[in-house]
Amino acid sequence: MARAIAERLQATGTVNALELRGVTKQFGALVALSDVTLSVRPGERRAILGSNGAGKTTLLNCITGDFPASSGTIRFFGEDVTHFPAHERIRRGLRRTYQISLLFGGLTVLDNVYLACLGVSRGRFSFLRPRRDDALLESARTLVHAVHLDEVADKKVAELAHGQQRQLEVALALAGAPRFLLFDEPAAGLSPAERADLVAILRGLPAHIGYVIIEHDMDVALRVVESVTLMHEGRIFKEGTPEEIEVDPDVQELYLGHGRG
Amino acid sequence: MARPGLPTATTAPATGAGGISPAAWITALVLLFMPALASDFFLVQVFGWTLILGTIALSLQFLAGYGGMVSLVQMTVAGFAGYMVAILGTSGLGQISLGWPFWLAVPVAILLAVVFGTLSGALAVRTAGIYTIMITLAIAAAFFYFTRQNETVFGGFLGFNGVRAPVFWGIDWRSPVPFYYLCLGWAAIAFGLVTWVIRAPFGLALQGIRDNPRRMAALGFDVTAHRIAAYAFAAFLAAPAGILLTWLNGQIAPGTVGIGPVIDILVIAVVGGLGRPIGPFIGALLYVLLRLFALDLLVALGLSGQRFQLLIGIGFLLTVLFSPDGILGLWERAQQRWAGPSGGGGR
Repeated sequence: MARAIAERLQATGTVNALELRGVTKQFGALVALSDVTLSVRPGERRAILGSNGAGKTTLLNCITGDFPASSGTIRFFGEDVTHFPAHERIRRGLRRTYQISLLFGGLTVLDNVYLACLGVSRGRFSFLRPRRDDALLESARTLVHAVHLDEVADKKVAELAHGQQRQLEVALALAGAPRFLLFDEPAAGLSPAERADLVAILRGLPAHIGYVIIEHDMDVALRVVESVTLMHEGRIFKEGTPEEIEVDPDVQELYLGHGRG
Repeated sequence: MARPGLPTATTAPATGAGGISPAAWITALVLLFMPALASDFFLVQVFGWTLILGTIALSLQFLAGYGGMVSLVQMTVAGFAGYMVAILGTSGLGQISLGWPFWLAVPVAILLAVVFGTLSGALAVRTAGIYTIMITLAIAAAFFYFTRQNETVFGGFLGFNGVRAPVFWGIDWRSPVPFYYLCLGWAAIAFGLVTWVIRAPFGLALQGIRDNPRRMAALGFDVTAHRIAAYAFAAFLAAPAGILLTWLNGQIAPGTVGIGPVIDILVIAVVGGLGRPIGPFIGALLYVLLRLFALDLLVALGLSGQRFQLLIGIGFLLTVLFSPDGILGLWERAQQRWAGPSGGGGR
């Protein structure tokens, strides 16, 4: 009883981490997202499922500002960020990874992570070179360690194996003080062992950091989330817990039935 | 990830140390003691001019090599600073020049040129590739025609003559040895600044933006602001060189900022090599030697002396065809071949 009241108080007292209302994205005549309304609580972990072309990545792009939404509003921890450029949203604690790794191939692993830490710091325009005991450099090293890349820290990213590049993608998204993360198919192309590693990293994230994950691999997706949103042809089709979604006949038909995952 | 067609500089690491090669030490020593070796003509007309053009081309190399932005406005920024010194300071056109002392006119001229370069950058940065080239070329052309037509401030077709370098501490700074050291001093500072900045957070982020602007925005960087800041920095490098050029010639006129000189800076930077800050200086030396001596060579061969532009053009074509990364790239590849797999030379 007391716990229920406490939960309700907390629910009214806190704002949603993500609050999307009527978000639509059109590319010319193509409607990629149609009237998407979605809210995710702080600390909540949610999977977005759907077949190819369902609008999952477009949704992430609208949330981060990679592409602006055609209409609708996006709130991040209560603040209307609909018209913010991408970097302003990132500086407020939003982070993302990309489906196809967007890394700096000519730089070392450590320098990639250093850039990510720099991007959300105040030293972006600094003309002073980092010293050995530089705080940003130190946090970059900690992150490299957190995603198990110590051994290749000084290697150029172009020389890394695919799995290591995916791990680095995750590291870049964890730089600074993230409040909410968006993962776009982080397990794509990973070996079973690397997938287990990824699940461990996701589960090991501090409890206050929520995320949205797009993932085709049900073994990964349903093990690291507490809620699932199903998308179809640019619309939200169904929401529920992983257990509900797994047994839902419509879902079987629409998504699992197509033999993916 | 790099755009096709544009040779870029390899990204310098923020972490880890870089050494200075023996060749760099020897070059520095030779440059420092040049007045003991060279005649006044060589000191000013060859090396002074080379260092000035090299510095202006360096500002282009910084933007193109590290920022991925081919700006044709750098010669214009330099020329703008030259005009400002003539307008604010003293010149043969007493009715226009304000006659400010040099210690006021020079810093204000540099400041105004940086503002001009920054505004040009603000116009250009939202475009990419060929469109950046077109916009900056348009600004350069507009400024050229403006200076030619505006009599009241820019002195029209004839421009300003009698723009003298200052005399202070009992030194005439336009006399060969002091002027050489002025040129060398600013070239060295500009070179040092670029080498420093590309390894500092600002430069590292700029190179990240060159390779992958979308990702940089997703890491929290304001891509547009960063690019504009790069233009401001490049203008700060080019402006003093423009003032030195004005003092070297004793005058500034529309011809200094014409389309020809604007393209020459691009040719110098590309022929020298956009890969590293030393490239533009190599290109500038070659350009100056051709400008000064191709005429005699051509006449000796029984050809018209006016054909030196042809030589420069052929040189540019050959470079672009056979070594897109310039003489610098040619040199580095030759070095690798001679040194074999074990050696690599200085970096």
